[in-house]
Amino acid sequence: MWMQIAGALATVVIGVAACILYFWGANWFLDKMLSPRGAGDGVATAHQDRLRTRIRPWVFLFPALFFLTIYLIYPVIETFRLTFFDRNGVNFLGFSNYIWAFNDAGFRNSIFNNLMWLVIVPTMSTAFGLIVAVLADRIWWGNIAKSLIFMPMAISFVGASVIWKFVYDFRGPAAEQIGILNAIVQALGGTPQAWLTIPIWNSILLMVILIWIQTGFAMVILSAALRGIPEETLEAARIDGASDIRIFFDIMIPQIFPTILVVWTTITIVVLKVFDIVLAMTNGQWGTQVLANLMFDWMFRGGGDFGRGSTIAICIMIAVIPIMIWNIRQANREEGTR
Amino acid sequence: MATISTPQSTVEATAARPAPSWLAKISVGKVAAQLALLLLVVIWTVPTAGLLISSVRDKSQLTISGWWTALTMSQGSGASTLPTSAEQVAEGGVYVLRGSVFPEGDNRTIIRFGTSINNPSAADAGETLDMNVGGSITLESDGSFEWVSQTPFEHDRARLFYIAGIPPTFTMENYYEVLTSSGIGRSFINSFTVTIPATVIPILIAAFAAYALAWMSFPFRGLLVALVVGLLVVPLQMSLIPLLRMYNGIANVTGGSSKTYLGIWLAHTGFGLPLAIYLLRNYMAGLPKEIMESARMDGASHFQIFTTMVLPLSFPALASFAIFQFLWVWNDLLVATVFLENRESQIVLTARLRELLGSRGDNWEILTAGAFVSIIVPLIVFFSLQRYFVRGLLAGSVKGG
Repeated sequence: MWMQIAGALATVVIGVAACILYFWGANWFLDKMLSPRGAGDGVATAHQDRLRTRIRPWVFLFPALFFLTIYLIYPVIETFRLTFFDRNGVNFLGFSNYIWAFNDAGFRNSIFNNLMWLVIVPTMSTAFGLIVAVLADRIWWGNIAKSLIFMPMAISFVGASVIWKFVYDFRGPAAEQIGILNAIVQALGGTPQAWLTIPIWNSILLMVILIWIQTGFAMVILSAALRGIPEETLEAARIDGASDIRIFFDIMIPQIFPTILVVWTTITIVVLKVFDIVLAMTNGQWGTQVLANLMFDWMFRGGGDFGRGSTIAICIMIAVIPIMIWNIRQANREEGTR
Repeated sequence: MATISTPQSTVEATAARPAPSWLAKISVGKVAAQLALLLLVVIWTVPTAGLLISSVRDKSQLTISGWWTALTMSQGSGASTLPTSAEQVAEGGVYVLRGSVFPEGDNRTIIRFGTSINNPSAADAGETLDMNVGGSITLESDGSFEWVSQTPFEHDRARLFYIAGIPPTFTMENYYEVLTSSGIGRSFINSFTVTIPATVIPILIAAFAAYALAWMSFPFRGLLVALVVGLLVVPLQMSLIPLLRMYNGIANVTGGSSKTYLGIWLAHTGFGLPLAIYLLRNYMAGLPKEIMESARMDGASHFQIFTTMVLPLSFPALASFAIFQFLWVWNDLLVATVFLENRESQIVLTARLRELLGSRGDNWEILTAGAFVSIIVPLIVFFSLQRYFVRGLLAGSVKGG
């Protein structure tokens, strides 16, 4: 065990040393090999200078590009290729994995659930985040409130699942309930339920967990955006006699709308990849399956079916592509104005 | 790209600004706002509070009563065997038996008591009841009793029944149990083993690339920036199967294992790089141009500028990314499940917790304490470095987590 920690620390040292050695060494090598020290004629020196200037950026970029290629770019292409192959990625199957997917009840259920998640979670998180951001801005203990609402961001999805599974706990209809949800239901005169086994309700209760986590994120970003609204604009509206509600809807929302969009899309991507919560809470039982968990299932089920797993991954990717394009265009536009 | 590009704006910075005066005047609205916010805060904190309180409760109480009752006195009934006639003492013409129904050090208090099992609440503490074997007994709330009789006691067996108030008891026993016997302690070490190198290694690699993308001119630069932005949102799911195949292939060739710490360190490095490059490049590009140019004039090379000026100046951005990556890797379940083995020497906290949820889903004393152990580290990091975390969020809100 101590060996293991020592190993990890040694890796940090070795890794950092290797990085330094590479960057420093490559840089030194470049200076040495193409140095103007030969005191040759001016043309040769200028030529060497240009060559160095041309090579150096790639020295800086090489390790990063190497990792990006191996761990992200190549896998994307390879996953796409694998969707046309069988479980071991050996025999070509054409489109039969896609045909399988659209005829599979589990897959269709996952698509339906994912759509539901996509509609509910980003909307609710953004809405709650906005409400907290606006409310906390005017109150002296607003910062404490923000910290507390932000806190779930630091908790892992599995940790959050334990927290909420305890909230949803069910002890049989007659027993004393130790889950607070059922205790409240009972106190209000209802009958305690095993919530996680009731379709639709269970999916919504799983979404609650993600909303609980993501609201803090939305709040932080929107809070900063709200603060960016010029004080004069709000002042002017007040002088014109606008009410709080009108200021909120007619001034604040339009002013920060681009940020709302950023928050909304960011949470959308998180939702598309949601996996841990479903795995830990229900493992897709009782009609709660989602794409990411289904893919994980197929990766390992009965030795794993890489063709079908890849096909499901591609479906998630396709959903992400519009956001990706939008992001790249935004980045390019910003690049232009720099 | 995120509409907010000023890395300086943080939660703290905003606190200083006073509430707009136009709101201060509307007091009804203000009260309503306070109440609404309070309600939201309560809803947001109660689940975590429940976990925390439950984790320090006695495990026998945990399963029979809700955690919200833990702070109040609970009631329990009990019975106690009274001393036999052999222990009686004669005092001033009467026969007396004294003692306590509680063992030494018990912190319960008597609320009501009775002489029959069918009626354990016949009298309040401090009152006197007649015993059917003779004499009368007075039971005080601290559990001490005095049993007095005019005639000598002759019984050989007598019992007293009572309702006692049990004060809230808290214990660290659950933590002791999870850390020693259910493997959480070992997983804690494993999580650190995964997290530390996976946080440190990407930083340096990304910093050099970010500098090149921000301050060097070369062909395809714009394209590379676009590539990084695009890779920010690529779902991890796309990488898993090809990498698993690749790792298996390498393991076959070298005869080693495909599931190693080295493998997961490198995987996390690869997955973390887009965000790292993106955050650092944005930050570095915002550094003042004049400093760079005057350094160039003085004959400093890119390498010197980077190591002596840009790297130290970029500390806030480096810290932001480090926190992100630390939280991300620590909290990750998917990558750890795919690239590490499910055995004692490799299973990380999140995977262990998930396993416990499946196998011991009803042992809440283990689950709550285990979950708290797993979230305590991110919470410490989060609350102590919130400023950098928020800064990073604002600068990189394109990334999908």
